[in-house]
Amino acid sequence: MAQINLIEGITMALAHEMARDPAVVVLGEDVGVNGGVFRATVGLQQKFGAERVIDTPLDEAMIAGLAVGLAVQGMKPVAEAQFEGFMYPMIDQIASHAARMRTRTRGRLTCPAVFRAPWGGGIHAPEHHSEAIEALFTNIAGLRVVIASSPGRAYGLLLASIRDPDPVIFFEPKRIYRQYKEEVADDGEALPLDVCFVLRDGSDVTLVTWGAQVKETLEAADALAAEGIHAEVIDVATLKPLDFDTIHESVKKTHRCVIVHEAPYTGGFGGEIAARLVEHALYDLHAPVERVAGYDVPMPLYKLEMNYLPSVARIVAAAKRTLQAS
Amino acid sequence: MARQGPPNAAGYYGRNTCNNQYCAAPCIGDAKTAIKHVRIAHHGSSVSIAASFEIEYLQYLDESGKLLNEDAPAFARDVRALVDAYKLMCFTRVFDGKAIALQRTGKLGTYASCLGMEATHVAIGSALAEDDVFAPFYRDYGAQFQRGVKPREVLLYWGGDERGNDFAEPAHDFAWSVPIATQCLHAAGSALAFKIRKEPRVALATVGDGGTSKGDFYAAINAGGAFTLPLVVVIVNNQYAISIPRAQQTAAKTLAQKGIAAGIESIQVDGNDLIAMRVALDHAIKRARHGHGATLIEAVTYRLSDHTTADDARRYRSEDEVKAAWEKEPVKRLRAYLQGMNAWTDDEEKEWLAECGKRVDEEIDAYLAVKPQPVSAMFDYTYAELPLDLERQRADALTAAKG
Repeated sequence: MAQINLIEGITMALAHEMARDPAVVVLGEDVGVNGGVFRATVGLQQKFGAERVIDTPLDEAMIAGLAVGLAVQGMKPVAEAQFEGFMYPMIDQIASHAARMRTRTRGRLTCPAVFRAPWGGGIHAPEHHSEAIEALFTNIAGLRVVIASSPGRAYGLLLASIRDPDPVIFFEPKRIYRQYKEEVADDGEALPLDVCFVLRDGSDVTLVTWGAQVKETLEAADALAAEGIHAEVIDVATLKPLDFDTIHESVKKTHRCVIVHEAPYTGGFGGEIAARLVEHALYDLHAPVERVAGYDVPMPLYKLEMNYLPSVARIVAAAKRTLQAS
Repeated sequence: MARQGPPNAAGYYGRNTCNNQYCAAPCIGDAKTAIKHVRIAHHGSSVSIAASFEIEYLQYLDESGKLLNEDAPAFARDVRALVDAYKLMCFTRVFDGKAIALQRTGKLGTYASCLGMEATHVAIGSALAEDDVFAPFYRDYGAQFQRGVKPREVLLYWGGDERGNDFAEPAHDFAWSVPIATQCLHAAGSALAFKIRKEPRVALATVGDGGTSKGDFYAAINAGGAFTLPLVVVIVNNQYAISIPRAQQTAAKTLAQKGIAAGIESIQVDGNDLIAMRVALDHAIKRARHGHGATLIEAVTYRLSDHTTADDARRYRSEDEVKAAWEKEPVKRLRAYLQGMNAWTDDEEKEWLAECGKRVDEEIDAYLAVKPQPVSAMFDYTYAELPLDLERQRADALTAAKG
């Protein structure tokens, strides 16, 4: 079993699926000869050829539109946007076509494409390279929105996303691409989509998060534990469709919930989870739901980005507020 | 080189000095006016032509249905194919008129007419092979009928029912694409799939004149050039993007020349001349099928109708202009040509139009007899398998529908 980091989990999943299924092709800017700007596709073109690892002209709308055409005609394209901040021109093709191809044609045509992108802040990158835009996609019916948060989940969830018969937005938290290594077997075993992963059991408060914030949230749970507070940590992993039941079950036990995400506060996906807690779990709650999120400001350039991203201290403080409230 | 002294207030260098810093030639008048009127290429032997291009215009039939010259292609003598095409053009026109009437009586939603574009559409339908893939925009009925889409399916779609897109044939063609020009990339992606799998198939997209202003159009033809794709893009230049005339869409003299920027073969064709359209399409499709890459065809035609039944074209164009366009329309033109060859008689015309009316009425009856989908249908095709989250919403919708 190999010790790999998160981005190596991406590469390993792509290589596994390309070897297993000749319909899988990778396309994007610099994905071929260069192996991707983050090296997610390194070695794939040498292994599978330029016809299956396709360097495209520099146009994200083109990449998305080609992926739709490829997918509808029987291929399994994995389209890369170099950074999530460059996905905006893709949204027309994704929302207008990929997401509704199956329903538009009552199942005659389908669009099993994956649109993957490095996601989120914290790597001292230039403007537009550090966004958390998952909520733009969670409001588009017909999509799956998946965010990996560990090497193993990157491997298993990407395999599942490529095999999924419907379009998947697959975000990769670039801040933790190389944060740590863990043992992951290249066994082709996919992880389930549409389910949350409970990363840590606890009885006092539920911390719900996804993406790179899993790191801070687990650290916050450690800090709380040092004070005798036992936090349960849930990695949502598939934001859409949402596995609310796992969150609800946890809140029935802890009676308190803090939602952590780096996307802006208003309209962030945390609002959806909070709303569902109000609808379905109000009487289970002993304290108001807390949200620790990015602020409603454009992602600042990197000198201030750590002041924007949720910190361990903010998460700990929010968790304590839920405990003080009751 | 020729910089002499500081620039004047307008940023130009002094008299007798071209604004081009690499040009030492004396200019006529002061530099500020010279730069407007004198091409850099006039100024010395160090400038050469990097690229030049011409756009061919293809037309065989004149407005009265006579061959422009004796040098006609074999297709111009293929009476059987021409009569078949003519009959479908007539059928499409009868369908179009009855669809509009249906909308006016409240039995159909907003409908986009194809009046005046029948030759372009039927040429596309008849030039493609069954296994090829067509990515239309939303008024290409003649092409779709030729490929097996049923008129009742067209009506079902405009009548607000997704099952209109669930064609039995052609099984792999795209459905109508409303976001302008996006379908061009679907054809390009399809062509890329055929190329990867080494299948001798071609993908063809249509786009309007307005659509050529959009990035997706350029992206598609650029992909066609960059990847040498088996792709044909047909611009159905019907002169209007709703109210915006062709001249306001771009300063380019032709829309076909946009293909030059993509490095692909590009041609402008009389889109009301079925013979010219077929010749251009046959050539483009053959090239594509044999691995020689993409072609852009600008079909010059005219939308004789409103943009859709929700539009009133009298707001933005004159009656005289429309009257003049009727003189060039494609059905009359091909009929005159066929009659000139004694291949079509007035009696046949009368009989066929009556037959078209009957067939379209049957299609309308079939459309009107279709029962609405169950409410559950809107959930059941969103994903391959219904996620738990949607199962609950589906149950709510079913309960609400029961009242």
